Amino acid sequence: MTIEEVQNEIIDEFSMFEDWEERYQYMIDLGKDLPLIEDQYKTEDNVIKGCQSKVWVHANMQDDKVNFTADSDAIITKGIIAILIRTFSNQHPKDIIEANTDFIDKIGLKEHLSPTRANGLVSMIKQIKLYAIAYQTQLN
Amino acid sequence: MLDVNNIRKDFPILHRQVNGKPLIYFDNAATSQTPQQVIDVIVDYYSNYNANIHRGVHSLSQEATDAYEQARLKIQNHFNAKHSHEIIYTSGTTHGINLIANGFSSLLQKGDEIIVSALEHHSNIVPWQMLCERTGAILKVIPMNQNGELVLSEFDSILNDNTKLVFVNHISNALGTINPIKYIITEAHKFGAVVLVDGAQSCPHIKPDVQALDVDFYVCSAHKICGPTGVGMLYGKEEWLKKLPPYQGGGEMIAEVSFEKTTYADLPHKFEAGTPNICGGIAFGAALDYMNRIGFANISAYENELLKYATEQLQQIEGLKIYGTAKEKTSVISFNVGNIHPYDIGTILDKMGIAVRTGHHCAQPIMDYFKIPGTIRASFMFYNTKEEIDTFITALKKAVMMLS
Repeated sequence: MTIEEVQNEIIDEFSMFEDWEERYQYMIDLGKDLPLIEDQYKTEDNVIKGCQSKVWVHANMQDDKVNFTADSDAIITKGIIAILIRTFSNQHPKDIIEANTDFIDKIGLKEHLSPTRANGLVSMIKQIKLYAIAYQTQLN
Repeated sequence: MLDVNNIRKDFPILHRQVNGKPLIYFDNAATSQTPQQVIDVIVDYYSNYNANIHRGVHSLSQEATDAYEQARLKIQNHFNAKHSHEIIYTSGTTHGINLIANGFSSLLQKGDEIIVSALEHHSNIVPWQMLCERTGAILKVIPMNQNGELVLSEFDSILNDNTKLVFVNHISNALGTINPIKYIITEAHKFGAVVLVDGAQSCPHIKPDVQALDVDFYVCSAHKICGPTGVGMLYGKEEWLKKLPPYQGGGEMIAEVSFEKTTYADLPHKFEAGTPNICGGIAFGAALDYMNRIGFANISAYENELLKYATEQLQQIEGLKIYGTAKEKTSVISFNVGNIHPYDIGTILDKMGIAVRTGHHCAQPIMDYFKIPGTIRASFMFYNTKEEIDTFITALKKAVMMLS
């Protein structure tokens, strides 16, 4: 699936929820199910410092596609990470670089992408794109 | 007695909705809300007599100057300072602290000692570290115990003839502990040390008497006391303010300027370079009027009731731990529930219209002491109610259920 197709699938899923409670409960569940980053990658180098919750991101490339694993100490943050990983993992670096993240607005989570939320998510998307740029350079 | 229903009518913001729910504002230790009486003063200033002060010959300037200086007198009376020129307008607590730290740069020598408490806000740690770097002075810390109280026997033992400055907050922003500043001031003075008290968190709840305390410097911000942001005050004993060099150069703070030599203006203008926050200063005075009309005895009695009630309710939640259980504390409750991250609980509470603070509250050393990433902090003012606490408890239980 392309990034856009994955995003549309996520938008469809979220459109079934009637209120914030269902949306957040789903994110919390996603957070709980998120495959954890391997301990060896949960290092200070990989940490993205938001003001409040910590986020770790690790990336590797296989068959010209980038894979991400990540973790956070806050569960709602983990839920959003799970959504981002589902969107960007196993994609070609060029597609990751070019992808937009408007779908976050469409699933009612826009507030989490405001820089004032201090949850490290804005930095996380930036980090995902930086990894993609780095891997794209390797491919060129 | 305090009539909270009537008081709430004074605060327009308390009647708005957040995320479709009536706002419950429990982030008062970060900033307090503004009553209509203060908002009116701000509107009146910009509508009727906005002008630059002190130098104008025209009527508007005179009116603005009078109102601004009148407000200084109100601040002087409120804190019971001996002279009005001992009240320096600042942009807030942090500005006041930096002004003092900077002033002492030239008065300290290598080997001098500065004492701060373990309960300090970052703004009361970093300026002293910078001062120590500049002067070669040594920073010492009064430790705290598990209840979040300062260990005074340790304070006694680090105090010595080399101690030049002691900096302590009157009330801890993260835990709500009321520190025994009278004791600290008295003991420090025995060694000739100067004491600066950070009153950012105390001024909303109690009315400090700087002469009775015999404190050398006292700082606070208007926005914690129902006033606007961007304005605060530094009280300093006249003798100390005279000794300190000016902090910033500019207009207002000079007597005469030539390229050979500038002579500085008298107090308080020596420390008030540039055009100040005129409207803010006037509104600060109005905020103190407002609080004094309600009365600080009424305010603290009512807030203590809220604190007691909320503490009892919170303690019934399984797995909830309160940080900061000092015998003497104000209406601030810092807590965590089980291993749930404070950020998660804060996010869910916000969805239900409840504003609390989460995180390390700019007091990382305290969080390190308890080995936690942060806490949820609910802080109450005299306009909060028991009914709001009930709603908050229900919402908190729901958040915990969702997150467990």
